[in-house]
Formats: sequence, structure tokens, C-alpha cells
Amino acid sequence: MELLIKNGFVYDPINGVNGEKMDIPIRDGKIVEKVHESKARKIDASGMIVMPGGVDIHCHIAGSEVNTGRLLRPEDHFKDFERKTARTRSGVGRSIPSTFTTGYRYARMGYTTIMNPSMPPLEAKHTHEELNDTPMVDKATYPLLGDWWFVLEYLKEGKIEECARYVAWIMTTTKGYAIKIVNPGGLEAWGSGRNVSSIDDQVPYFGITPREILRGLCKVNKLLNLPHTIHVHTNNLGKPGNYLTALDTMKCVQDLASDNKPAIHITHCQFSAFKGPDWRTLRSGAEEIAKYVNNHSHVTLDMGQVIFTDTTTMTADGPFQYTLHELSGNKWVNHDVETETSSGIVPFRYRRKSYVHAIQWSIGLELALLIRDSWKIFMTTDHPNAGPFTSYPKIIAWLMSRKAREATLNKINPRARNRSLLPSIDRELGFYEIAVMTRAGQAKALELKNKGHLGVGADADITIYNVNPETIDPSRKYKTVRKAFKQAAYTIKGGETVAKNGEILRHVKGATMWLDVQVSNPIEITDEMKRRFREYWTVEYENYPVTENYLEVSHPITVKANV
Amino acid sequence: MINLYPTKQFKLPIMAECISPDIFQGKNREEIEKLKIWEGNKPKRVRELFKVEGVKTGNQPEKTAITIYGDVSKVRGIGAHMKSGTIAIQGDVGMHLGEEMEGGKITVHGNVGGWAGSMMKDGTIEIHGNASHYLGAPYRGSSRGMRGGKIIVYGNAGNEAGAYMRKGLIKIYGNVGQFAGLRMHKGIIYVQKDCEGRVGACMTGGKIVVGGFLESVLPTFTIESIKKKVKIEENEVVNGPFYLFLGDLTENGKGKLYVLKKKNPHLSHYEKLI
Repeated sequence: MELLIKNGFVYDPINGVNGEKMDIPIRDGKIVEKVHESKARKIDASGMIVMPGGVDIHCHIAGSEVNTGRLLRPEDHFKDFERKTARTRSGVGRSIPSTFTTGYRYARMGYTTIMNPSMPPLEAKHTHEELNDTPMVDKATYPLLGDWWFVLEYLKEGKIEECARYVAWIMTTTKGYAIKIVNPGGLEAWGSGRNVSSIDDQVPYFGITPREILRGLCKVNKLLNLPHTIHVHTNNLGKPGNYLTALDTMKCVQDLASDNKPAIHITHCQFSAFKGPDWRTLRSGAEEIAKYVNNHSHVTLDMGQVIFTDTTTMTADGPFQYTLHELSGNKWVNHDVETETSSGIVPFRYRRKSYVHAIQWSIGLELALLIRDSWKIFMTTDHPNAGPFTSYPKIIAWLMSRKAREATLNKINPRARNRSLLPSIDRELGFYEIAVMTRAGQAKALELKNKGHLGVGADADITIYNVNPETIDPSRKYKTVRKAFKQAAYTIKGGETVAKNGEILRHVKGATMWLDVQVSNPIEITDEMKRRFREYWTVEYENYPVTENYLEVSHPITVKANV
Repeated sequence: MINLYPTKQFKLPIMAECISPDIFQGKNREEIEKLKIWEGNKPKRVRELFKVEGVKTGNQPEKTAITIYGDVSKVRGIGAHMKSGTIAIQGDVGMHLGEEMEGGKITVHGNVGGWAGSMMKDGTIEIHGNASHYLGAPYRGSSRGMRGGKIIVYGNAGNEAGAYMRKGLIKIYGNVGQFAGLRMHKGIIYVQKDCEGRVGACMTGGKIVVGGFLESVLPTFTIESIKKKVKIEENEVVNGPFYLFLGDLTENGKGKLYVLKKKNPHLSHYEKLI
């Protein structure tokens, strides 16, 4: 099957294409040099923007945590539902949509690859079952390994290579894609009702520090040649003054970076950029973080931009979620996942008139605008923690238009407005930078070779937005841009048009990407290990691994490790 | 003025959020008959389920008044989101009556299903029969209860009347089930007759007045004083004397619970604690 996208303004940052008018030829789901012009089906994209399909590096869309969130919030569903059509299935949900609806809504916005960032290894099967049911997009998931007992034990003994072999095993066993670390050490401490307050605090029983966990897993990541860096949710998240912890976290792996490649990804950085001793005097720490990131090449970030709306917070950070429940008084779920991690869920409403929430809103945008290199900061809302992913077009408008930012600034808490850095920032991003922040940069950070660009050989995941960069000035007509990004004119997945102007044309299953990490000396499943499973886990070893036939569309990526 | 007559005895639940004066406004009979309505999982038109009759009246503004004659106890969501006009129902009516209504008036000469006046912001609902559970309470899981308006029930009401209430007034001239005023923040609930119990559980503010028998007050309430009378609304004062309890202390609440002294001699032991 051949397809030709004609005359669009192409933004393909990985290949350095910046708004040039060109044709994109596609054959059999891949982008090729050229196709027979007479035979190929054509899409006329004249006056429209052509970008690679969107990539989301961090969005909680599947797994037991998300599902518990759905159960907790019937009121989130009852106003927002989609009826079944001839092609699509029905679904509900605003901040935590059901699996099928999640897929459809991403496809409507032009996203084709999404990453589910927190999967306790114990819940891997549940997560993959939900990912199987998330259509239209390719996806992958990161297992939570920062507080996994095997990791803590080997790091305590200083056996990095041994630890790496176990991480390789768990990555393949749970069909994961990257090492996720949430509040390193803190979650283990939460099991006994405590937390850690800096990266040099001791973790109870294991006697190691978050610094050792971060450095250890960063070394492991390098030994295993994993495509993504360690994906870190910092200690002290959501506490005033935590920007220092975020800076410490970045600094602690500075010497481990090589060849100008990133060594750490700080996720939803907005929540880790609070300055000031308490909530009343909260300030933005975005300037300090941006300064550090501008001067160092080993860090990538994502925004975690706050949207003023009713949403559901869910993280593996049990102690933080408990604090949030105490602060808001809202209903809550908290859970200690055996020997692996913890988790918590609290519904939350971000209000314009709240000083703290307005500062948080400002911090996200300040980070994105003050960090000069767009390849280092990506657009997310940490769906659904700071807002649902369906709000991405709003963020694009704020980033592209000072006028849009001012319109919202005028409506927020006056004290927060006076303290916000936004009025002093003139920077307005262009479509090229938006393409970096929403697809190319994220694909590069994840080392997805065939995603996020439109070069020959890339997967034909393409989005066409109906906005003309020659006639529309995004800084003034931000509403037009917002509308265009809300509903892609065409979303093309694997060479097929799956969504057009908000209508789903075809229900396609996306692939689940996972790492097949090949180590020279893989670990042996000994009787001792099985005994430990029997003793410490609620499942037997035999029921733990996710086999490949569990994935409906499996897409293994082979990685050769150095151990 | 529009009259609606059900054409049959309904067996399946019907979602009829289109039956609202704001939607009927400015439409002629044919257009109203064509409005979409759901019977079970099938989309239908209004004319398939109701006979629509337009009545010209001289002095009333046209078509803002709807009257339904007959049993519509399977029909849900009547008057949802309405902002103005009136609806009168001569018969029983189903769940979610006047959900999130912002104005206007609904009168029911019959019994009402659950969640009547759920999350309402303004307007009046008058029920001459009994009301079921969750009167004026929010949707399941939500904590955004009634934010204004008035609900008057001349019969009895079920459990959790006025849960999560934030403002407004609920008057029940009959008995009420358990957990009246559960987690309410503000507003007034008046029950003229008996309460089944657990009144005002987890309330943080507001006022509940019980004019009948109440078996026991929750242990997390403390007695404050005895009041001679209580004001319910403008021009309506109920004479006591009433025991005044404050609570719910589990939530550090400052809600007021008034219980009529005459009907509750078994609570007299509280008097020595004043």
C-alpha cells in the first residue's frame, strides 16, 4: 500500500527540517524515498503542518494504580462518556479515561507512541492487560525498580554487575522499557511509616542512601546499554524547598555521564521545583533548575504542567500521596506493594485562585521557557497528576503565545501573579520547538529509532494539523493553534489513516515495545530465589513473569549489555 | 404550555434530559416530538414515548411550562440542568429529577426516585409524595453537593438526604431515613417528623433541625444548650425548646443539630452536661 502526503509544511527536527514544503512518501507502513505518484493514494496537506506522530514520555494510562483510580472516581466518569460507534468501543472518563477511550483520544490529538511510567513488577500482568486494550498507539512501560529489594540488596553490597544482571532479568520478565525510580529509598521507608528527606538519608534496614540507589542504577543503566536513561521522580516531591533536592539528584550522577549523552531524566520537574520554607511563602525554583540544566548536558526533564481543573493524582510515592490527602482532605487510596514499591491516589482540584496552585502553574511554563534547549525539556502533564493529557493543546498555546499566558495570568491569584516570572519572559516557541518538545525530543530521549522523525525507514506515524504557519501567527492567533492541536486533521499510524478531524476511522492495535536485554551471564533461577518469592511475595515465582504470548502485539527490542 | 402523556407503561429506564423548559423553549410541537430520548440502550424520539400536546394560554409565557400526566417512574433526568420555567408532574417520577438545575420550579404530585435535586444550584423542587434516597445528594463518589435552591417534601424521604450539602434548604414534612445531612458543610435541613438515626454524621457545618423522634445522637456530638426556637428561613420559625448539639467532632465540625425536647425525653440525660 502506497501513500503520498503532498505539499505540507513539514516539521521534522531530528532530520533538521523546519517548515519546508515537501512530500512524504509511504510504503507498507514505512517512510520511503519515493512512491509511484500515479498509483499512490494521496493526502493533500497544502496549508497544513506535517509532523511525526506525537510521543508522550510520561503518562499514567494503565495498570492497577490507574484502575484503582477509576474505581475511586465514579464522579469523574459520569459526565464524560463516549458511546460506541460502528468502529470504536464505548468508554468513560475525564481524568482517568478507560483504556479504549485513552487510545482514541490520543489518536485524535495526533499522538502515536505513549509511555506508561510506573509499573510495580508485581502488577506487570495487569499493566500489560490494560496496555493490550489501549488501541491506536504504540506503548511501553517502565518497571519501578528504585525500591525493589533485589536492587537494594545488591547495591548495599556494592555488587553493581550482579545488580545489573537482576535488572536485565526483571526488564525482560516484566516486559519493561526503562528503569523508573520513584522517591528512591522513601518508598521502602514508607513500608515502616517513614520517609527520607534528602538524598543522603539512610533507608531503614538496608542502610543505604538514595544517592547510592540513584548512582547504582545509573551505572546499571549504562552497563546494560538501555535506550532510555534512568527515569527519576525525585525525593521530597511536592514539598516546599525541594528544588535543592532536585538539583542534588541531578548533580549526583553528573560524573557518570559520558559523550554528552543524558544520564538522568527528571520527570514532572514542576513538582520538584518549589522554593521557600513553607506553603505560604512558596516561590518558583524554576530559574535555578533552568540555570543548571542550561549548563549541563546530562539531564533531560519533562514539565508536569499544572492545568486548572479537577483531576486525579496517582503516583508510586505513597508518603507524598498521604501528605496530599492530609492537605486536601479528599478521599484516598494508599498501598504498600510488598517488596517493591508503594502507591497512592487522591483526587485533586487545581484552582486558579489558590496561591500554591497558581505558582505551580507558573513553574511548569517557566521551566519550559527558561531552558533554552528544547531537546532537554518535554511537554507533559504527568497525566493525570497535574491535568489530563487532553489539555496538551492548552499548554502548546501557552508556550507559543505570550498573549495566551497573559490571558491566564490575569485570572490567577494576584499574589501568585506578582511573584510569577512569566511576565518577564518574552520567549515564544515556534512550531519547530513544539515538534521537538512533543515528539522529536521525547523519541530521542527514549532512543526510539523509528519514531519521532520522518526520515527514510522511519515508521509512518504521522500527524497533520490544520494550521497554516505562513498565514497564522501563533503568538496572536493562539486559539486557532489550540483548536488545530486539539483535533488533528489526519493521524496516520503505520501508514494508515486512523483518525481524521476527530473521527476514528480505524481501530488498530498498537504494539507493546519491550527490551530483550541480553547479558553474557544471565541469572539462574535458584531454589533460594523461589524460596524468597514464597516467603516475601504473595505470588509464587512461576506466576511472576509476563510471557511474550501475554502481549497481543509484541515488539521486542534487543539490547546487548556489557555484562 | 406543553402537556406530555406517556403512551404506554414503561418497562425500560428512559433517559429524558431533553424534557426541560430551556430545551422546549422556542420549539413547536413537531420539533419537540423529534427530540432524542433514550429507552434502554436504544435512541428514540419523544413522539414514540409521549403524546405531546401544545396548549395556548393567554397570560403565561408560552412553552416554558411543561406538565406531565401519568406514571413516569421509569423516566430519569427530567428537568436536568434547567435554568427557568416550570415542570409539573401528575404522577410518580424517576431518578435524577432536576439534577444540577439552576433555576425554575418543579412540582411533583406523586413520589420521586433517588437523587432528586442532586447537585442543584438554584430553583425549587416541591414534592407532594415521598422522596427516595439521596435527596439533594451528589452523584456517587462526588463531594460537590447541593449548592443552593430549595427542596420541599411533604411526604417522607430516604437515606442520605442532603449529603455533602453546601448551601440551600431542604424541608421534609415527613420522616427521614438514616444519615440525613451526611458530611454537610453548610445549609439547612429541616425534618418535621422522625429521623432513623446517624443524623449529621461527619458534618462540618450547617444546621439540621429534627422535630420528631430521634433514637440517639451520634457520640461525636456534644450538647451546647437548649434553644427556644429555630429559624428555618425568612418568615419561618419553629418553636421548641430544642436541644442544640455541635459536631461532628471526628471532622472538627461546627455543625448544629437541633432536636425537639418534647419528643425526645430519652435525651434528657444530656441536660446535666450543659
